[in-house]
Amino acid sequence: MSQVNRLATGGRIDRSKPMSFSFNGKTFQGFDGDTLASALLANGVGIVGRSFKYSRARGILGHGAEEPNALMQLHTGNAAVPNPRATQVELFDGLVSGSTNGWPSAEFDLMEWVGKIGGKFMPVGFYYKTFMAPQKMWMTYEKFIRKAAGFGKLSLEPDPDTYDKINAHCDVMVVGAGPAGLTAALEAGRSGKRVIIVDEQNEFGGTLLANNQTVDGVDAATWAEQATAQLEAMSNVLVMPRTTAFGYYDHNFVCALESRTDHIGPVSASGSRQRLHRIRAHQVILATGAIERPLVFGNNDLPGIMLANSVSTYINRYAVVPGNRCVIMTTNDSGYQTALDIQAAGRTVVAVVDSRHAPDGRLVQQAKAAGIEIMAGHGVIEAQGSKRVTGAIVAPLDAAGDTLTGPGKTLSCDLVAVAGGWSPVVHLSCHTGSRPVWQEDIAGFVPGPSIQNQHLAGAVTGDYKLSQALNAGVQAGAAAVGVESSHVFDCGDESEGAAQALYLIPHTKPISRAPKQFVDFQNDVTAAGIELAAREGFQSIEHVKRYTAMGFGTDQGKTGNVNGMAIVAKALNKSIAQTGTTIFRPAYTPVTFGALGGRDVGVLLDPARHTAMHPWHLANGAEFENVGQWKRPWYFPQQGETMQQTLNRECLAVRNSVGILDASTLGKIDIQGKDAREFLNRVYTNAWSKLAPGKCRYGLMLKEDGMIFDDGVTACLSDQHFLMTTTSGGAAAVLGWLELWHQTEWPELEVYFTSVTDQWATCSFAGPNSRKVLEKLCTDVDLSAEAMKFMDYREGTVAGIKARIFRISFTGELSFEVNVPADQGHYMWKKLMEAGEEFGITPYGTESMHVLRAEKGFIIAGQDTDGSMTPQDCLMGWAVSKTKSFSFLGERSFTRPDTARADRKQLVGLKPIDPTVVIPEGSQIVMDPNQPIPMDMMGHVTSSYWSECLGHGIAMGTVKSGSDRMGQTVYCPQADGRVLAAQICSPVFYDPKGDHHND
Amino acid sequence: MHHIYCPYCEETREEEEYSYTGEAHIERPKDPAAISDEAWGDYLFFRSNPRGIHHEMWYHAAGCRRYFNVTRNTQSYEIHETYKMGELPTVTAQVPTPAPKAAQQGEAS
Repeated sequence: MSQVNRLATGGRIDRSKPMSFSFNGKTFQGFDGDTLASALLANGVGIVGRSFKYSRARGILGHGAEEPNALMQLHTGNAAVPNPRATQVELFDGLVSGSTNGWPSAEFDLMEWVGKIGGKFMPVGFYYKTFMAPQKMWMTYEKFIRKAAGFGKLSLEPDPDTYDKINAHCDVMVVGAGPAGLTAALEAGRSGKRVIIVDEQNEFGGTLLANNQTVDGVDAATWAEQATAQLEAMSNVLVMPRTTAFGYYDHNFVCALESRTDHIGPVSASGSRQRLHRIRAHQVILATGAIERPLVFGNNDLPGIMLANSVSTYINRYAVVPGNRCVIMTTNDSGYQTALDIQAAGRTVVAVVDSRHAPDGRLVQQAKAAGIEIMAGHGVIEAQGSKRVTGAIVAPLDAAGDTLTGPGKTLSCDLVAVAGGWSPVVHLSCHTGSRPVWQEDIAGFVPGPSIQNQHLAGAVTGDYKLSQALNAGVQAGAAAVGVESSHVFDCGDESEGAAQALYLIPHTKPISRAPKQFVDFQNDVTAAGIELAAREGFQSIEHVKRYTAMGFGTDQGKTGNVNGMAIVAKALNKSIAQTGTTIFRPAYTPVTFGALGGRDVGVLLDPARHTAMHPWHLANGAEFENVGQWKRPWYFPQQGETMQQTLNRECLAVRNSVGILDASTLGKIDIQGKDAREFLNRVYTNAWSKLAPGKCRYGLMLKEDGMIFDDGVTACLSDQHFLMTTTSGGAAAVLGWLELWHQTEWPELEVYFTSVTDQWATCSFAGPNSRKVLEKLCTDVDLSAEAMKFMDYREGTVAGIKARIFRISFTGELSFEVNVPADQGHYMWKKLMEAGEEFGITPYGTESMHVLRAEKGFIIAGQDTDGSMTPQDCLMGWAVSKTKSFSFLGERSFTRPDTARADRKQLVGLKPIDPTVVIPEGSQIVMDPNQPIPMDMMGHVTSSYWSECLGHGIAMGTVKSGSDRMGQTVYCPQADGRVLAAQICSPVFYDPKGDHHND
Repeated sequence: MHHIYCPYCEETREEEEYSYTGEAHIERPKDPAAISDEAWGDYLFFRSNPRGIHHEMWYHAAGCRRYFNVTRNTQSYEIHETYKMGELPTVTAQVPTPAPKAAQQGEAS
């Protein structure tokens, strides 16, 4: 197929580099320098997709980020990319593209008939109104709605590309490399300060690339090339084309997405496909430009109806005229430039239809002089055609543009260029919370006041003249680096007549009966829908937005919002300034999840912490459990064992001989200073004043509300030196907690905290034979029961390594913990395994540790407690000192009425009536299983396991007034209908007298 | 993403290095046993939660591990000042602009 709409000369395309691409299965030709959109238009492709709700045929409306219709499905297989705009896709040879919707095809679409027939029955809020009841059916409805409505499709295969993230800092960040951005960057760059300038397009220049004015004596596009070259030559300036600043966050933090290889091929041949730049700038200059607005009239969504400025851009930049007979509908002078461009390209301008009654700007006069027919005081009220516009019905308007003053007539055409005024691109300025301000004279929102170190330049301020944009850029660049500049550009801009603020062109029928007048093309929101929303009582613009979906989706209301707000304002009899605007959130244009993830995927998603003994665990078949970032051995299955069989074997080994656990992950905090003891007195519930060197003590740590937040054993190494252990997951929080109190309340205490978790490897071995194992390796410490008692600490040599030895137990058995420097942990572990071989030493993981401690009724802070359990609730009143002079953290809360209440939930043991049952953790506990729902919830099961050594299931839980309910039977109703009964008992199931650990 | 000046490191660092730790200048009662349940409850649970100027503590967790104070506007996220523990703010809801330098030094303890 030939490029029927391609001009023989002109444009910024390279005709010596033809490129072949496919769209919806057909092959077309384009040139290097084309976008997919310009290439499709060059080939006369009109329909690029179907609309979201009504399945109407849609064509290309714009030429950049504002494009609402031309969402594409790119590439195939695992490289598939859903929903980029054809206007932002650079053409490359072999590009495979297609529409994102339309069934069986976008050209011939069956859903269109649903839209046509059902259109009247699918008003705004249709989904809310129709699919509300019955509620449980929503999931069923949703499946079909999604299928009918969706856009592009993701590949379900892994993404073959990699993505990067990079941090950058600069003095001045310039967003947009149009006229204002370029002069701003040049001015700032000359100061020598670090400047970053980004632009979403492949070429810098913005509107200069399609402008036929001259700058400094050269044509605009050439000037843009020269300016870009100057910037590239400055070593302090980073020039980033194909980079979209999509989010502007607090304290001048800008996120920008650089597309690195999307213009080369579907998958990056080497390096990353896209890169996310996280830029912190001292000063930000927003030179984001403006977007032309369409006008709202009947069937204004037909393919062949385009933004006038976009038509000019296609002609001047891409050498493509998207039609042969053009009607221009304008409310201001800019439409006349398009008329002149079309005429210069050798195509027919049927008429310029101008809503103003007496247009008289210089461009108007030029158009008149060129013989172009001007229909002043008229409006296009309706477009005709089915798959392409074939005519425009034009009717006279009153001066306000509110009312038709005569009958319409039809102009035959295949292109309608619409110039409805301009909307400054305020999106980024909104991201930091600045509300846009309505500016009546330009009929548009401009960025409001901002607390960021932010400057504005160019069309984003509502000043659309080229000279002004260039000069504003100079001023912003100079201000951003704190210099004065006197450089002034004069491009001889034409004087312009005043624009008319017109949004909706009236029809002979009322809005509700007129042909569909689209406001938001991407979301299929019509004027009638907005009016209906207002009639149904939606007064806030935010509510109208959510009810109608105006401004939703990837479009974010770029072309439609202002028109929609004007229609709302009119329906509510208010001004646009009064109804206000919704504000825009990041991202300005869609960002791939790949780029947001960067390299933080797969194993790099989160750092994994390994203990010194990790290689041994791997080599010996451990299954791992995540504890915070730690990878802890969960259990060590042997060939053919189920998990339960493994646990039974591991637990019995500890009870009958000896087992070994890698406890290195327990948080370890080194505490030193002459006031260390006093500090411990204040943060722990129990007393530390008399703990002698060489002794350990279990401590409970409370928040000020009296609730347990962490626990652990702290050893007194010397009078001013303690080693605190914390839960594995709580280590960082506990360190922060200690620092908080020391730094904010008790700075007078001389005490220092150092995290030493990673510095020490810990082997914990437990069981009646554990002493025998240690005795084989340690000869310089008397390990006898008389010399080294339960809760004693010694320094000694184990397997030739200087070690810290603790006789503490979390299993209820005779047990030792040996700490050695981490780099010798693996060696120590192997030595202990060798020494224990004759006793059948058995490595065990966290799951057996849980079973063993639960058999003893030991709690795990965070599993058996949940931030609402006091020591008394956990039956650990014994760990609370009543004699300390200082009111330790949490103590005062014990006497609060709610904490002192007798019917609080308390820790209990639960023995299943059926001994073979293991009650699921998390089960709710009730007293009467036959009570009608809602039942009285008495508590829940916090820990539950099979105890092989006891031969029955065991559980712990919290039950209201649990301590007073010993022997009572409670019930745990299950989701599957079973009701599991259990008897309340002491949580200490095994060795209640503690004989074993005292051996 | 806040950009926060740590008064101890004397550097402006990314928010990622810090964690927010609640309202500043809440003093623990000297003798908790001596105060009423209500007063203790106020200390425990009640915070000013203002819209606008707020004095709050931040912890330089991935830096110097020091707690310090930040005067921040909860509405705009603007940070007016950061100052060390034991010092007083110069920007307050009552005095929304910083006092002259001399006065600042006078207030600092």
